[in-house]
Amino acid sequence: MSSDLSSLQAQLMGTFFEESFEGLERLETGLLRLEEGAEPGVIDDIFRAAHSIKGAAGTFGFGGVTEFAHDLETLLDQIRGGARVATGELTALMLEAVDILRRVLQRHRDGGDPALPEVAVVRVRLQASVKATVAGEGTAAPPLPVAPGPSAAPATPAGWVIRFAPHLDLLESGNEPWRLMRELEQLGKFQVEADLTRLPALELLEPTKCYLSWQIRVEGATTRAQVEDVFSWVADDCDLSIAALGDDAPLGDGTALRDGAALGDGAALGDGVAPPREQAAAASAALVTAPARVAPAAEQAARQRRDEGDGALASLRVGVDKIDFLMNMVGELVITQSMLGELDDDGPIDERRLGRLRAGLSQLARNSRALQESVMRLRSMPVGVVFNRFPRLVHDLSRQLGKRVELQVTGQATELDKTILEKLGDPIVHLVRNSLDHGLETAEERRAAGKPEVGTLSLTAAHRGGDIVIEVRDDGRGLDLERILKKARQRCLVGAEQVLSEAETTNLIFAPGFSTAEAVTDLSGRGVGMDVVGRNVKALGGKIVVQSVRGQGTTVSLRLPLTLAIIDGQLVQVGDRPYVVPLLSIVESVQIDPVRVRRLVGQWDVYRLRDQLVPIVDLGRLLGVTTARAATAAGLLMIVESDGQHLGLLVDELEGQQQVVVKSLEANFGRVPGLAGATILGDGNVSFILDIPGLAKLAKQQGGAERMVGPAAAAPPVTPLEATV
Amino acid sequence: MSEQTPGATDSKSTSNEQLLTFIVNGEEYGVDILRVQEIRGWSNPMPIPNTPSYVKGVINIRGDIVPIADLRERLGLAHRDYGATTAVVVLRVMQGARQRIMGVVVDAMSDVTNVPVADIKPPPDFGEAAGAALAKGIATLAEKMVTILDVDRIFLLPSAAVDAAA
Repeated sequence: MSSDLSSLQAQLMGTFFEESFEGLERLETGLLRLEEGAEPGVIDDIFRAAHSIKGAAGTFGFGGVTEFAHDLETLLDQIRGGARVATGELTALMLEAVDILRRVLQRHRDGGDPALPEVAVVRVRLQASVKATVAGEGTAAPPLPVAPGPSAAPATPAGWVIRFAPHLDLLESGNEPWRLMRELEQLGKFQVEADLTRLPALELLEPTKCYLSWQIRVEGATTRAQVEDVFSWVADDCDLSIAALGDDAPLGDGTALRDGAALGDGAALGDGVAPPREQAAAASAALVTAPARVAPAAEQAARQRRDEGDGALASLRVGVDKIDFLMNMVGELVITQSMLGELDDDGPIDERRLGRLRAGLSQLARNSRALQESVMRLRSMPVGVVFNRFPRLVHDLSRQLGKRVELQVTGQATELDKTILEKLGDPIVHLVRNSLDHGLETAEERRAAGKPEVGTLSLTAAHRGGDIVIEVRDDGRGLDLERILKKARQRCLVGAEQVLSEAETTNLIFAPGFSTAEAVTDLSGRGVGMDVVGRNVKALGGKIVVQSVRGQGTTVSLRLPLTLAIIDGQLVQVGDRPYVVPLLSIVESVQIDPVRVRRLVGQWDVYRLRDQLVPIVDLGRLLGVTTARAATAAGLLMIVESDGQHLGLLVDELEGQQQVVVKSLEANFGRVPGLAGATILGDGNVSFILDIPGLAKLAKQQGGAERMVGPAAAAPPVTPLEATV
Repeated sequence: MSEQTPGATDSKSTSNEQLLTFIVNGEEYGVDILRVQEIRGWSNPMPIPNTPSYVKGVINIRGDIVPIADLRERLGLAHRDYGATTAVVVLRVMQGARQRIMGVVVDAMSDVTNVPVADIKPPPDFGEAAGAALAKGIATLAEKMVTILDVDRIFLLPSAAVDAAA
């Protein structure tokens, strides 16, 4: 086969997957709206989405997908035809089906084995549901699935043995193993054993990683779905196996016994967890899924991660209107060019021609500005892309938590740079989960507090000034400041006598370490990952503000720049070269008073600024630029902040502030320590944008801060130019 | 192959390599012309901190930030002040799977020549001499010798170049 043909096919497949995933998203949104009792148009839309996935999958020969989608479609058709009503249970089943379709498609895309064991289970339920209608059973939801396959399972086993091995980064996505345990505990008699084998030596231990894994035994009349539900939010972040636990009841024949034992080995169920009699007992329901899941789990997880990475960057869908606008702008530009071109003959420059030249130039300026803006708009995407996943999350999570929550989303159309948007998803998920989990109360609590039973969670995005502001607001119980303060005192984050303002106390939730360990109270859970959220937002050049009124709710606002491609910069002169310092990191600039320069331990030069000692970094030395500056006193000290620490940059002169377009140095050269990138100034010359945290690190590597009194020490070391690949 | 050079029967000698040649320290060097993006006059670049001295800095070429290396210094020769004939050859360089645009400073431009592939000899082994690793081959023409440079290696440090060769 020629490579052209296969590349064409790959391209078509890519489109197919992209569209199918979009279709699934539409399906999901539609189903959720259906449950809320939406208008009749919705069901048609859902139906169409399911139908096109079915059709396209058939074209590419994904038979499994087609059949599955067909069953889903049949069910939808019944709803559309009015043969049945979409009950909550039915919607839940269909949502589950959507999840499975998504996973199967993902596997197809990555060349994995699309034969997921769950497919059969859900398909059986779908078909049962379809038949239920045909048999005239009305709107009754289908019975819980009886697992198909060789061993007919007992309807409900005596309990479950769960092996739960989170991936190292589980905590970063805001999930807490203990919370899962707590939920499991409610399902029945509960016994848990931690596996410490992955735990590294203390000096290698990273506190943000989850090294533990657990074996959990839950006894009691619990369905598999209930157990799976508990883990539904972490399914992608852990290796999970769920095996049925036998009981003395003679539920298994010989086959089951043998299988059960095999499973015991395969899933590495420890003796400590399952007493012998259970261990030997049947695990028939588990046969359907567990063995198949254990082995490829890691592989699947790795692949999933890759999906998210690649898929996010692979392509960009741009609205036709934006392209049209761009075409228009280019058209205008051509007209302007020809208008200016007419002036380019040998005729004398007279008053009339000068006037036309001026008009043409101002038109050119207007055109290029509009062109720049519209190109920037190509990179931006509506916030809705991120917001869309929340109805489902809120729906599932509130159900799981037994809370009634109404989600209000506004400003989905607000546009934001794609790179920022991609990095914003996780922090917002964090905040929403926090609100649901800790902010909003249960219906009873709310009634007792005299609030409407249904809690409100609102997600808002809006442009404000040159920034975009995203708010996550709930009308829950608010932050308990006293408790936060108490906790912080316990952890020695705050001195016992120190008095903090409300805002300062609120900000404690961002303190790293506030979130860790024995964060068992409901409230302190809010600290989980807030540290990470804060850091992520800062890394994007944004700010985060928390406002909370006790008993009335909490609002978290993220303020972010519209783009990372343009930043506000302060031009400084070092030697005869201009450099750009990001305005965000500048605290103040002072004229140096030589009296205040101190040498600390013969190593560090520090500057006494009010009650603070600020290390001095000689930019000229650090950047290898010779300056004509005779004495320290002639220089200026620009105080900048890096990771909460202040640093004084010694510069020769301050120049203007201006917006600069960030250009990559890495594209043609490589990373240079201390430089965040390059930019082109108005005169066409190149200047560098300083990377303040990088400079701080560089200064430390060069033996503390710079020495600036006395003869120059050793020349700055030459960092080898990286042969970057 | 319909338009063969008269007299050329060997298929090897019909394939030519077209070289852009320039002068550094009186010697003639050449690069594959297909790798050349453009030739510019010398303009003062913005120096990059903490880099080897042969990296002169970066310049702005129509919005791209392009690093410039001094070929004299890269070859271990003494620096010479830039003058009227000094030129910057802007090259498309492959580093790993990535294409980069980089410029080299040369004393003067020379010519564009067709060299039959058969006339290109591998470079003699200069051992560790500076710049030896940069030579890809030596073309002997009737009246002169041209050292053909491996453009992908000009920007690598000697140690890195050895790594790449190993």
